[in-house]
Amino acid sequence: MNEFQIIRPAALSDAVAAFNDAEEAMYLSGGMTLIPSMKARLAAPQLLIDLSGLPEMQGISDSGLSLRIGAMTRWAEILRSDVVAGAIPELARLVGQIADRHVRNRGTIGGSIANNDPAADCPAAVLGLGATLITDRREIAADDFYLGLFTTALEEDEILVAIDFPKPQAAAYAKHPHPASGYAVAGVMVARMAQGWRVAVTGAGADGAFRLTELEAALQSGPVEAALEKIDVSAIQVLNEPAFPADFRRQLILWLARESLGRLAV
Amino acid sequence: MRDIVLNVNGKTRHARIEERTLLVSLLRDTLGLTGTHVGCDTSQCGACVVSIEGETVKSCSVLAATLPDGTAISTIESLATSDALHPMQQAFSECHALQCGYCTPGLVITAIDIVRKNPEGLTPDLIRKELKGNICRCTGYLNIIQAIMRGAAAMGVPTLAAEGEAQ
Ligand SMILES: Cc1cc2nc3c(=O)[nH]c(=O)nc-3n(C[C@H](O)[C@H](O)[C@H](O)COP(=O)(O)OP(=O)(O)OC[C@H]3O[C@@H](n4cnc5c(N)ncnc54)[C@H](O)[C@@H]3O)c2cc1C
Ligand code: FES
Ligand code: FES
Repeated sequence: MNEFQIIRPAALSDAVAAFNDAEEAMYLSGGMTLIPSMKARLAAPQLLIDLSGLPEMQGISDSGLSLRIGAMTRWAEILRSDVVAGAIPELARLVGQIADRHVRNRGTIGGSIANNDPAADCPAAVLGLGATLITDRREIAADDFYLGLFTTALEEDEILVAIDFPKPQAAAYAKHPHPASGYAVAGVMVARMAQGWRVAVTGAGADGAFRLTELEAALQSGPVEAALEKIDVSAIQVLNEPAFPADFRRQLILWLARESLGRLAV
Repeated sequence: MRDIVLNVNGKTRHARIEERTLLVSLLRDTLGLTGTHVGCDTSQCGACVVSIEGETVKSCSVLAATLPDGTAISTIESLATSDALHPMQQAFSECHALQCGYCTPGLVITAIDIVRKNPEGLTPDLIRKELKGNICRCTGYLNIIQAIMRGAAAMGVPTLAAEGEAQ
């Protein structure tokens, strides 16, 4: 790794000011993506701004209608949390499928959402539940947040502070993990919200996570059992790789949606 | 450069390090604790696993300078006494759970933590799931799982063979 400085600000405004003053700064949360990239010299910031000292970014709370999780919350804390288990148990189940126990002890939900790896699991929950992303300067709806592979609506110096997940009436996530990396080849979250059905797909999309609006509409208008038979996914733009060709991925999305819907029924 | 103070294996250790120093380099190169290994540069293999304040982490992916003063670290060197192995090390030896031994320090630290976090009991299935972040290129894992079952029993935690599986 190249040499760099590390600072640990105690106020959000100081963190943003330091970012803008430095020639090349990056925010550091759990480091589980950033540190390996720096070791590989894919990233070479001169200043690392450690976000672990900012109280607004910590903590998990249940407001009745929604669950708020601080961006600096580590995966392991989400898994252990009685508040999460009570409010949105399926979110904890999804988090339990991310990486391994050591990575979950360091990696954070905010770092993962800001990074927007197309094969990450969390986008399925953010988009599937219609979360609100709370930053140091505004609130962003999940539907406006994902702009493509590794690209989000966050401005360069913007800090994701917390995520607000509306509670579903029922939700289920199913994932096909990559046999070597464990990331999602595809992952599908199906949620019945007060306002209607939402279905989100991660891992498979050519432009990152997306809503499967065809299935949402079919669920809205008819019986759950018939919904999957009615939809046509042949036009969906999915990633095409030798090991996981496009047609296989489209089929996988349907299998995983069926698995999720099956788990909702029981 | 910055001065840090950590509690490593029960002893207070002071060090002056560059900000870019990884925890594993601090342990191996500065403190001479070479039991912790480096097996990859992609944070995947788990040869470098140590415990920070009772939680297992990949020390190749943690910047030492971000650890608060006084943070407690335990490495493989903390386990054996001058005349006895830790029961988990003993179980690895008895079950032939290592060949080249490169993955073993990370696996033993992980195994002990799995036992501590599951006092109600262990099954081979649960162990398999918890070993996702530790790669062994030699053994094929069967003897490692057996060793963790035996080590858990020696640490006083019940073990249950899964259906159709020999203990
Ligand atoms: C071996 C391994 C396996 C993995 N498997 C999976 C998996 O199966 N599924 C999965 O989803 N993920 C997986 N991950 C990724 C893991 O979940 C990471 O924790 C996550 O991607 C990044 O979180 P972090 O806190 O470590 O972020 P960091 O590495 O600290 O940061 C990531 C990026 O986001 C920026 N950033 C961080 N925090 C903020 C913030 N609050 N606001 C704005 N920008 C910010 C940083 O500048 C950096 O560019 C895996 C990682 C490893 C090493
Ligand atoms: S050396 Fe740390 S995970 Fe491989
Ligand atoms: S014993 Fe050789 S890698 Fe595990």
